[in-house]
Amino acid sequence: MNQVAEVTAHSHIHRDDVGAKIGMWLFLFTELILFGGMFLAYAVYRFSYRDYFALASKELDVFIGLINTLVLLTSSLTMAMSITALRKGSKKLSLVFLGSTIFFALLFLVNKYFEWSAKFHHGLFPGSNELLSLSRGEIIYFGLYYVMTGLHALHVIVGFVILAFMFVFVVKGKVNQDYYIMLENSGLYWHLVDIIWIFLFPLFYLIH
Amino acid sequence: MSATTYSYDGNGSNSNHLDYLHSPKKYKGIFNWIFSTDHKKIGILYLISMLTFFAVGVIFGFLMRLELIAPGRTIMDAQTYNQIFTLHGVIMIFLFIIPGLPAVFGNFFLPIMIGARDVAFPRLNLFSWWLFVIGGFVAVTSLFLPGGPADTGWTFYIPYSVRTSTNVIPALMGAFILGFSSILTGLNFITTIHRLRAPGMSWFKMPLFVWSLYATGWVQILATPIVGITLLLVSIERWFGVGIFDPALGGDPILYQHLFWIYSHPAVYIMILPAMGVISEIIPVFARRTIFGYRFIAFSSIAIALVGSLVWAHHMFTVGMSGTAMWLFSLLTFLVAIPSAIKVFNWVATLYKGSIELEPPMLFALAFIFNFSIGGFTGLMQGALSLNIHIHDTYFIVGHFHYVMFGGTGFGIFAALHHWFPKMFGRMYNKRVAKVSWLFMFVGFHLLYFPKFIMGYQGMPRRYYDFLPEFHTYQIISTIGSWILIIGLVIMFINLIVALRKGKAAPSNPWGGATLEWAIPSPPTHENFEKIPVIEKEPYDYSHYELEEEVKN
Repeated sequence: MNQVAEVTAHSHIHRDDVGAKIGMWLFLFTELILFGGMFLAYAVYRFSYRDYFALASKELDVFIGLINTLVLLTSSLTMAMSITALRKGSKKLSLVFLGSTIFFALLFLVNKYFEWSAKFHHGLFPGSNELLSLSRGEIIYFGLYYVMTGLHALHVIVGFVILAFMFVFVVKGKVNQDYYIMLENSGLYWHLVDIIWIFLFPLFYLIH
Repeated sequence: MSATTYSYDGNGSNSNHLDYLHSPKKYKGIFNWIFSTDHKKIGILYLISMLTFFAVGVIFGFLMRLELIAPGRTIMDAQTYNQIFTLHGVIMIFLFIIPGLPAVFGNFFLPIMIGARDVAFPRLNLFSWWLFVIGGFVAVTSLFLPGGPADTGWTFYIPYSVRTSTNVIPALMGAFILGFSSILTGLNFITTIHRLRAPGMSWFKMPLFVWSLYATGWVQILATPIVGITLLLVSIERWFGVGIFDPALGGDPILYQHLFWIYSHPAVYIMILPAMGVISEIIPVFARRTIFGYRFIAFSSIAIALVGSLVWAHHMFTVGMSGTAMWLFSLLTFLVAIPSAIKVFNWVATLYKGSIELEPPMLFALAFIFNFSIGGFTGLMQGALSLNIHIHDTYFIVGHFHYVMFGGTGFGIFAALHHWFPKMFGRMYNKRVAKVSWLFMFVGFHLLYFPKFIMGYQGMPRRYYDFLPEFHTYQIISTIGSWILIIGLVIMFINLIVALRKGKAAPSNPWGGATLEWAIPSPPTHENFEKIPVIEKEPYDYSHYELEEEVKN
């Protein structure tokens, strides 16, 4: 409420960091539910096509998945460290950590690119003759695999762009020790991207 | 004023500030509007765009009714008819009813009613409007693409929506973008209500319209993403053939229906809750009484939002679910009627021994209660499993949801428009003409939709291009009703447009309302309040009624 009282009579611009964070959390709920719809579809089809899902999941490379999991987990760590560094007033260190987060995001995408390319090379992509000759359960498995990891990759790309903007803002001082809510909210978004992967990894790669 | 310690001189000129329509401009001409982050201007932008789309939807509805005036081909072929009822549904639902109250009147009045200068995220608010317009245009472009607009109905049921050669994707993408816009509006409102209430504006001093917007906001946030992902999946299905819903590839079309209704049923509460909020505002003003059962009305909004999120499968009683699921969803459907009935009871109890003034907003509000009661009761009939099988997918359903959506929310929107028009534009419309337009609309509405209950009960299926001769009389009555309704709409809009140009200047409190928006000048200044008010009294306190009367004269 204090922030409101401080508003000057001639300006709409006010600062409310708590409000900004509430808004971000609400947005994260919507993201969770967006993916929730897909997880629901996954659960339903896993129930109907259990054996085929187990069969199809053997096609995925657990090693690549594990690498990507480690990459994303580390990126979440560097993200959190970047925020802490900025809060403690070390702009340079913050930029180093933020830069590493961006690097890890890129690494994840490159890894994903090679993983998908290999699948495409084997003729396993939606609508391919190879895939259509498989059982229905396997078609659905790969359908879900491409849609869910694809949507997740899209979020990684969005996160990458957001973090790149944050990097520029920190360099320019627009985001700084006293005003870091934007970086914090970007961090929240990045952690969401991370946690969704934490669920995707076992569901597609590990459970047989 | 009685509602607040905030004072003004009663002439609506309490400060040197210009009103929001004439405040200093950053951009010129139309850019002053489409780049403005002022919640009031964004509200007006929504109003204009929403009414434009509404006009398009009305024209499609008119054409459908004209086609059905006689059996067989009258003015269009069957394919065109299918496309027109799809567009009518998509436009009316996603572009008129859903944004109607929250985006227009919520934007304009939510910050004022809680004593704030703007919403929590003004730029995000403008972005929502841009998304709304883009989504609307994407949905409408399918009209002009080869293949024509979608012919699936607004529900886009699989597998037909994957097979048809019409342009389903623009409609899906349009709805997806509009969903995004709706989410951002809900998010903005919830944050605003949590963070920007004026000092003293505790939760139970908030006007009930704000409560209903709060409940609506949560439904928007929690339900819309599901339909977002579902519509996206249908698009992906059409583009790449991934098979998630397509039974030919192993997918489950019933899963699509579940996912669709998990959103689309709560969406009907996004449509009706704010209208209930508007009625809760209007009834006490024109009955000159404190609202009866304030807390019950406030909590019933939340209860409707909660229970309403768990009833979706009552749209699917004929698809072959388990018996347990059937009776559970039937039970929940009956339960959701309780909070709705509490509201109706409280409105009627507020009227009892009130000093009722039948001004235009009140007439629309009373029509709301009447129409909504019929619509709600016929809805309950469909919640009964045995009866549902008989009337499923008939005109009975069409009658039911038009009574709730048009007779309820539509009349709610018109009630809000007449109630707040003087505040929004600082001008008064011709009340007599407004009452005449109301009469035309009320009579036309019932002539148009009541025969649908009878036809539906006798077995006339919905969405059919042709009908048996025994339904002919009812179809004619229904079509004539649509003409009377449209005459009423035209009179109403001409009346309001004339008032914009030539109407008398409206006082700041033309109806004697007690909520905060009536304590500031008409139209409001750019900053809403010169000084943020401190709230001490209840929102519907009419104990100072004589003071209000002075202001009025």
